[in-house]
Amino acid sequence: TKCVHLPPEVTATSRHYVDRLFDPDPQKVLQGVIDMKNAVIGNNKQKANLIVLGAVPRLLYLLQQGSSSSELRAECAVVLGSLAMGTENNIKSLVDCHIIPALLQGLLCPDLIFIEACLRCLRTVFISPVTPVQLLYTDPTVIPHLMSLLSRSQRTQEYITQIFSHCCKTPEHQTVLFNHGAIQNIAPLLISPSYKVRMQALKCFSVLAYENTQVSMTLVNVLVDEELLSQVFVRMMQRDQPIDMQLTAAKCLTYMCRAGAIRTDDSCIVLKTLPCLVRMCSKERLLEERVEGAETLAYLMEPDVELQRIASVTDHLVAMLADYFKYPSSVSAITDIKRVRHWTLLIEPSQQHTTLHTTLDHDLKHAHELRQAAFKLYASLGSNDEDIRKKITETENMMDRIVSGLSESSVKVRLAAVRCLHSLSRSVQQLRTSFHDHAVWKPLMKLLQNAPDEVLVMASSTLCNLLLEFSPSKEPILESGVIELLCSLTQSDSPALRVNGIWALMNMAFQADQKVKGEIVRALGTEQLFRLLSDPDSNVLMKTLGLLRNLLSTRPHIDQVMSSHGKQIMQAVTLILEGEHSIEVKEQTLCILANIADGNTAKELIMTNDDILQKIKYYMAHSNVKLQLAATFCISNLIWNEEDGSQERQDKLRELGFVDILHKLTQASDPNLCDRAKTAMQQYLA
Amino acid sequence: MQSKGNNYSKSDLHSFLGNHHSRNAVIQNQLSQGKEGGICCEDRPNIYCHGKNHKDAASVRATHPIPAACGIYYFEVKIVSKGRDGYMGIGLSAQGVNMNRLPGWDKHSYGYHGDDGHSFCSSGTGQPYGPTFTTGDVIGCCVNLINNTCFYTKNGISLGVAFTDLPPNLYPTVGLQTPGEIVDANFGQQPFVFDIEDYMSEWRAKIHGMIARFPIGERLGEWQAVLQNMVSTYLVHHGYCATATAFARATETLIQEDQTSIKNRQRIQKLVLAGRVGEAIEATQQLYPGLLEHNSNLLFMLKCRQFVEMVNGTDSEVRCFSVRSPKSQDSYPGSPSLSPRHGATNPHLHSAGADSPTCSNGVTPPNKNKSHNKYPGVSSASSSSSSSPSSVNYSESNSTDSTKSQPHSGTSNQETRCVASDSEMEIEAEHYTNGVAENSSTRIMNGTYKHQEILQAEDGSLGNGVAEDSCASRQLCGGNQAATERMIQFGRELQGLNEQLCREYGKNATHKKMLQDAFSLLAYSDPWNCPVGQQLDPMQRENICSALNSAILESQNLPKQPPLMLAVGQATECVQLMARVRSGSCSFARVDSFLH
Repeated sequence: TKCVHLPPEVTATSRHYVDRLFDPDPQKVLQGVIDMKNAVIGNNKQKANLIVLGAVPRLLYLLQQGSSSSELRAECAVVLGSLAMGTENNIKSLVDCHIIPALLQGLLCPDLIFIEACLRCLRTVFISPVTPVQLLYTDPTVIPHLMSLLSRSQRTQEYITQIFSHCCKTPEHQTVLFNHGAIQNIAPLLISPSYKVRMQALKCFSVLAYENTQVSMTLVNVLVDEELLSQVFVRMMQRDQPIDMQLTAAKCLTYMCRAGAIRTDDSCIVLKTLPCLVRMCSKERLLEERVEGAETLAYLMEPDVELQRIASVTDHLVAMLADYFKYPSSVSAITDIKRVRHWTLLIEPSQQHTTLHTTLDHDLKHAHELRQAAFKLYASLGSNDEDIRKKITETENMMDRIVSGLSESSVKVRLAAVRCLHSLSRSVQQLRTSFHDHAVWKPLMKLLQNAPDEVLVMASSTLCNLLLEFSPSKEPILESGVIELLCSLTQSDSPALRVNGIWALMNMAFQADQKVKGEIVRALGTEQLFRLLSDPDSNVLMKTLGLLRNLLSTRPHIDQVMSSHGKQIMQAVTLILEGEHSIEVKEQTLCILANIADGNTAKELIMTNDDILQKIKYYMAHSNVKLQLAATFCISNLIWNEEDGSQERQDKLRELGFVDILHKLTQASDPNLCDRAKTAMQQYLA
Repeated sequence: MQSKGNNYSKSDLHSFLGNHHSRNAVIQNQLSQGKEGGICCEDRPNIYCHGKNHKDAASVRATHPIPAACGIYYFEVKIVSKGRDGYMGIGLSAQGVNMNRLPGWDKHSYGYHGDDGHSFCSSGTGQPYGPTFTTGDVIGCCVNLINNTCFYTKNGISLGVAFTDLPPNLYPTVGLQTPGEIVDANFGQQPFVFDIEDYMSEWRAKIHGMIARFPIGERLGEWQAVLQNMVSTYLVHHGYCATATAFARATETLIQEDQTSIKNRQRIQKLVLAGRVGEAIEATQQLYPGLLEHNSNLLFMLKCRQFVEMVNGTDSEVRCFSVRSPKSQDSYPGSPSLSPRHGATNPHLHSAGADSPTCSNGVTPPNKNKSHNKYPGVSSASSSSSSSPSSVNYSESNSTDSTKSQPHSGTSNQETRCVASDSEMEIEAEHYTNGVAENSSTRIMNGTYKHQEILQAEDGSLGNGVAEDSCASRQLCGGNQAATERMIQFGRELQGLNEQLCREYGKNATHKKMLQDAFSLLAYSDPWNCPVGQQLDPMQRENICSALNSAILESQNLPKQPPLMLAVGQATECVQLMARVRSGSCSFARVDSFLH
């Protein structure tokens, strides 16, 4: 514990309050507690003093003592609740004194006034970010008891639901609450006459339903006063309801929808939830409402292109989001600072000395929050539809904003900006135009140098798109020495980063010149290449095969690569064809063989490898047409007439029985396969 | 191109539309203003287009412009078919705009076009606005007359503001251009796809919030004084003497009118409201000599009412016949028509003492003659006898304390109550208005009409008015023969008065009608259940009561209406003015919703 120096005159009065708690006369103790209550209200200094002087353990002792009068116990709980209203340090001290188990124990007492005082204090302690929420779940009897107290009074309802909504942070917490009947117990509170109770109950449902299919599926069937819960939520979203209620109800429906409990084309989503969330993004709303609204909306429509299309035309959303970047503006500075102050007081009632400095900090924080929320929403909006992407990039200064967002100090903003860029990079047109015009590759490359993994994943994924062969950014990126960086990504522990690294290399190698291909092979190193070919992640394997295939294109390249790495490549191919892999992987491998078969000298690596030839034969007779096609293609390349030594190869393959197979394949039902086989047969006839 | 109702079948439409000259058609629907913010029309216009190029464009518009006072106006258009190219425009235009063009292209015309999704604001070049629209889509157009903006909806989704600073008097307009384009307009005869009610609820809440939170800034103290003055003058006007005094003391304000004057008015009002118009007239004549003489209309109205009350059996001139001893109120042996608590519940009584010198249950007019000069004296006597420092309250308290047992505790209770808060003051008002009509008067001033139930409740407990005692015992003039004769005599006098007034001032149709109505009561065996029986309703006393009160105040050079009522009236008038000058917010700013 810290050593705190208090001025003597302050401690003297404070000590007097504490001393009175030890009076032998219970009546005097009660009066002492009451006087203490009046002394600490709104006085943070006094609260800190009393805590340092050891009032808390004594109060807890009195509170737990069976011999204390119920009035004294209740007053003790009230004083403790008041102390908890102070600074975060106060809360820490209280928690360190084991206030939580003591108060939870107090809830077993039949006296309602005492219970309410305990709950009020527990509420204040639990909603503080410094309190470990796990403390609520330590004793398994606590949650069921809290559920049973829900029927006692409006106050118990308000406090308990508020505790639940702050202490439900993980899927395990959701399950515990769900298993103890949270839904049945809290649902009726949604029509409570008290606004506070309704609001806290609603917040409970929003945290319970978040990414929880079980809860969401149950919620859709719940009836409150013969009305479906989703309809209750829809009513709470009506435009004349308080904003907080509209927003939280929209969150509930959003989470239920994302969990699959409500269809995305349900009118309560399309005509109610989505428009409500768009309204939350409007300039008229408070900053934090705009942030939450945008984030929730982004989450709602992420997987559904139809919702993205609807949102993109609702109330000029795309243009409305541009305002998120205009904070703090000189015009709005004063009112917004006021708002921030207001907000500060809301979240931290204790922090009464809001200096200009902290206000500016909050100002900046809000600016960050707004920008990242806007980027997230843009990312979600543009993830599928080309027209929407166009609309976004045409928004005033959009590309500039993304570019500067990529190099912001806040990681959250950088991540959101790169997500947005990634979403837009799926557009061929944008890659060709705005991305090139704004040289987005530069900040992107910078971002890749030193960033947390989550940023790296998005950034490298975006880079993959920028390295597509039609992207004008490809050239400058190549010149910037990106290969080393990508190769290092392929060694990452994160499968997503390995995929992106190899994917980018694959794109880079597509129709690249010999120099680039050589550099890739050199930088990656054959060892790493083959390690990737045995990667446990099938996506990594696929992209590595893709890289190989791109490296092995055009005859001179094939021969060159195969002359230096032929042995290892053939080994790897054999291993993959023998292993347990998906059709796609095997198809890709057979395509590599076909490419090898197209080389001048490389052909021999196959012709001299009977094992491989047997495998090709096997796949020509495979039940999967794609594999048959790829294998036939390979043979077709080997027996191609105009090349040196074609006669010998034809003869050898005839001996091995390939002609019979080809003959059979000319009868195949698949027209492509049939054509391919006929073309191959013609090589023999010529 | 033509627009028509459903009475044309498809083929009819084609042949009809073959006639290309009948452009500029106006939708043949009956537009009529419906509820707040909505417009209803009788039949569904189905508009069909036959044009080929932009020269063939033509618009149809509604027969009536959007009324500003509706606040928020909304209509939807369903695209039945986009025809050849889907060059359709939906919007608004002012009168006189060229109808051979799509809405939006010309001055004072605004449109959202389906082919490119652009909005056209009085210009040939559009601005990118929303998505394109085509067959099957429902496009809505909402005009917000509060902020003079317009937004569109597509399939129930709001597309955001399209136009701002719209001029007034726009007509809903639909324009079509290429062959085969068919649209259906919905002015509310069918449910809308977009939830316009929800949008309106937001604006209603906004405007209510704006009024409720109207900033008064630095003038807080000023407002406080104004409000206190309003409350005080209201109380004084209606003669809530004790409350007014207590209020003045608590707020440290002054009352303009003196106590005696207030009490006098209060007494007269209570007489009228209790149906004892004869006594009221006498009291007025004594207290305010010359008032009725100079206001013969008022006198005539009062006399007419007196006649009606005689029929009712409530006026003292007929009542005295059914009461054996006017002074022995506490010992009515068996008159079924009178409540045993009659004396105590007479609201105008100053004191609970039965032998008070005023004995102003006023049963016998002669008794009343001496009362004029004595009222001030009475009040002091009463206060001395009760030895209560706050005896100014006695007139209100007497009805509460009909048992005489605790006159002063009741008084002081009231005092504390009325100091406490506005809401509690209301409680007090109800409290001492056990006298039938006073409560009613309080109520009517507040603009609510709950008399029936209040009266019934009080009738049961107090039985103040004979007529209300019970239906079964309701008889003409209380069923007394002498009383009936007196009534008939009074009727003749009234007739005489009318004739006299005719001679002096010429014929007066209102008077004639009043007299006729009053006399008609006699033509029925059960006047309470006859076509003119409504006159007997105690509620009818309120108008004449407030007219008399106002006349008295005016004669004393005091305002005939309390400022509070003036303010309410002015606010109401303001809202009506707003409607006339086309301020849309008036439709959501209703004075009623702020009166509780």
